[in-house]
Amino acid sequence: MHPKAIDWIIMGTYFAFVLGIGAALKRSMRTSTDFFLSGRAMPAWIAGLAFISANLGAQEVIGMAASGAKYGMVTSQFYWVGAIPAMVFLGVFMMPFYYGSRARSVPEYLKLRFDEKTRGLNAITFAVMTVFSSGISLYALALLLRLLLGWDFNTSVALSALIVLVYIFLGGLTSAIYNEVLQFFLIVFGFAPLVLIGLKDVGGWQGLIAGLHTVARSRGFEPNAWLSTWGVMGSPRDNPMGVDWFSMAMGLGFVLSFGYWCTDFLVVQRALAADSMDSARRTPLIAAVPKMLFPFLVILPGMIAIAATVHGGASGLALPRKADGQLNYDMVVPLMLGRYFPNGMLGLGLTALMASFMTGMAGNVTAFNTVWTYDIYQAYIRRDASDAHYLTVGRLATVVGIALSVAAAYLANRFSNIMDLLQLLFAFVNAPLFATFLLGMFWKRASGHGAFAGLLAGTLAAAVHHGLTLPVGRTTGIKGGWIAVLHLYPSQMAQNFWTAIYAFAVCFIVTVLVSLLTQPRPEQDLVGLVYSLTPRERSTARRWYRRPAVLGACVLAAAVALNVMFW
Amino acid sequence: MGLDIRIPMGALFSLLGALLAGYGLIGGQALARRSLGINIDLWWGLLLLAFGASMLLLAWRARRRH
Repeated sequence: MHPKAIDWIIMGTYFAFVLGIGAALKRSMRTSTDFFLSGRAMPAWIAGLAFISANLGAQEVIGMAASGAKYGMVTSQFYWVGAIPAMVFLGVFMMPFYYGSRARSVPEYLKLRFDEKTRGLNAITFAVMTVFSSGISLYALALLLRLLLGWDFNTSVALSALIVLVYIFLGGLTSAIYNEVLQFFLIVFGFAPLVLIGLKDVGGWQGLIAGLHTVARSRGFEPNAWLSTWGVMGSPRDNPMGVDWFSMAMGLGFVLSFGYWCTDFLVVQRALAADSMDSARRTPLIAAVPKMLFPFLVILPGMIAIAATVHGGASGLALPRKADGQLNYDMVVPLMLGRYFPNGMLGLGLTALMASFMTGMAGNVTAFNTVWTYDIYQAYIRRDASDAHYLTVGRLATVVGIALSVAAAYLANRFSNIMDLLQLLFAFVNAPLFATFLLGMFWKRASGHGAFAGLLAGTLAAAVHHGLTLPVGRTTGIKGGWIAVLHLYPSQMAQNFWTAIYAFAVCFIVTVLVSLLTQPRPEQDLVGLVYSLTPRERSTARRWYRRPAVLGACVLAAAVALNVMFW
Repeated sequence: MGLDIRIPMGALFSLLGALLAGYGLIGGQALARRSLGINIDLWWGLLLLAFGASMLLLAWRARRRH
């Protein structure tokens, strides 16, 4: 890849705007609510675009393209079965409690609904997790810059961390959200041509289908294995992902997706910044519309790349192999950028990639500084300080959060196993969360002791399940089976889905049992926090398409249509 | 909120669009060899320019209404 002056100018222009927006917003950061929640003044469309963008880090872009090559169309289930129903549920059913309770964070909702220890557990694990996720973003960006541009690791880390630091320090959450909106359009504009040129390369849509038939046959599957979703999920042997329809629908569609989209403060924070209850509820619903189309932007490149590699294309594009002879799927995006984009477009594509790494990092940092300041510092260290004091603490937390991310990036660079281990631990902690929120919001009898015990039991169940099972062909250790191997899964994905299903079920059952044995909270304390004790939220929107329930139904119908079209 | 996001966004994409389109226009077909004969810089630059300009237009209209 050989960037020229025009590419550097494009990158430089973008980063000048990023820093400029931070500087322009500095004046409007007067209170801690401005800094942590954008003064609750965001219109729904901005919050909505930031909502998807915060999740669309570059690991997601690169990872989804890699999965598209590895597993084909089945990957789109992460969107059409996973994300969309969960986002609709969040907007229609859960947002009234998050926004209506005036909680400033997800852990704070747990404190209002349950008790201090449940909040503490969630706040501390979340804070640790965000710092490491942000560090992993930084590490991955530095690796990519070394690969593409030959930059030195230290320079990449320092430069990216500095840019993110400056714009959050100055403009807080507003700055992060504005940059996420910019990044959303940058990703769309930077990647769409990749798909257009790629399709031309493999001979259009028909050529792609023919190519993917060849891919499937060469791997010993039915010809449509790379093009179907539910149709090849009768048995794990019929699809390259090695999962069946039940674990897909329950594990990914229900437990993992609802657990992430409905409880992760990183995304929920964007909706809490909205200017009214109606806007907050519309935030995930508006986000769902482009999210539904993202498979064509991020998964299709991978499918094009594998078709070109196996079946051949006009330009001779072919994925490189790793040292062990396996195709290097992570190279899909960098390879296509370098192959298809002339100078100019190359600059735009690289900017989109770098921007998505940085917003991925910034999203974690803004969630971290809020949870640290409101749920840890204000809860346990200094309870009754002035608002100006908490604003200063938030700014300092931003600096510390970024310093810790840099440390985590270096840690990842030295010991990549540590990062795998941490991500595994985070998965254990996250897996049962949705059961706690579901019971908390819809069952008034659920008690604080019940929630706390359920969370611990669910996390433990996830760890034990992982310790007792192993994907076929893997060695025991980080991939599982570290207690004993009782069951073999056809793939790691299937193992992940089942770990989540067990964690959810155990958390649900333990929360119910312990709640029944302990005192519930008095009902008057739960008004606004539990479904049955809260007056129904009536939309004040005058136009029908602005009402959350109507919008949610339309989004779901569209997701069903996509499932059927690519059955 | 102090700052209408559509202003910086419109300005950024207009500028990037103009840069790309200009580069594509000068580079001509020699540039298009990589992108399989499509002068992507030119056409995509024009698209970005149109997007940026419409953002600026929306921001300007919103400001006039106040």
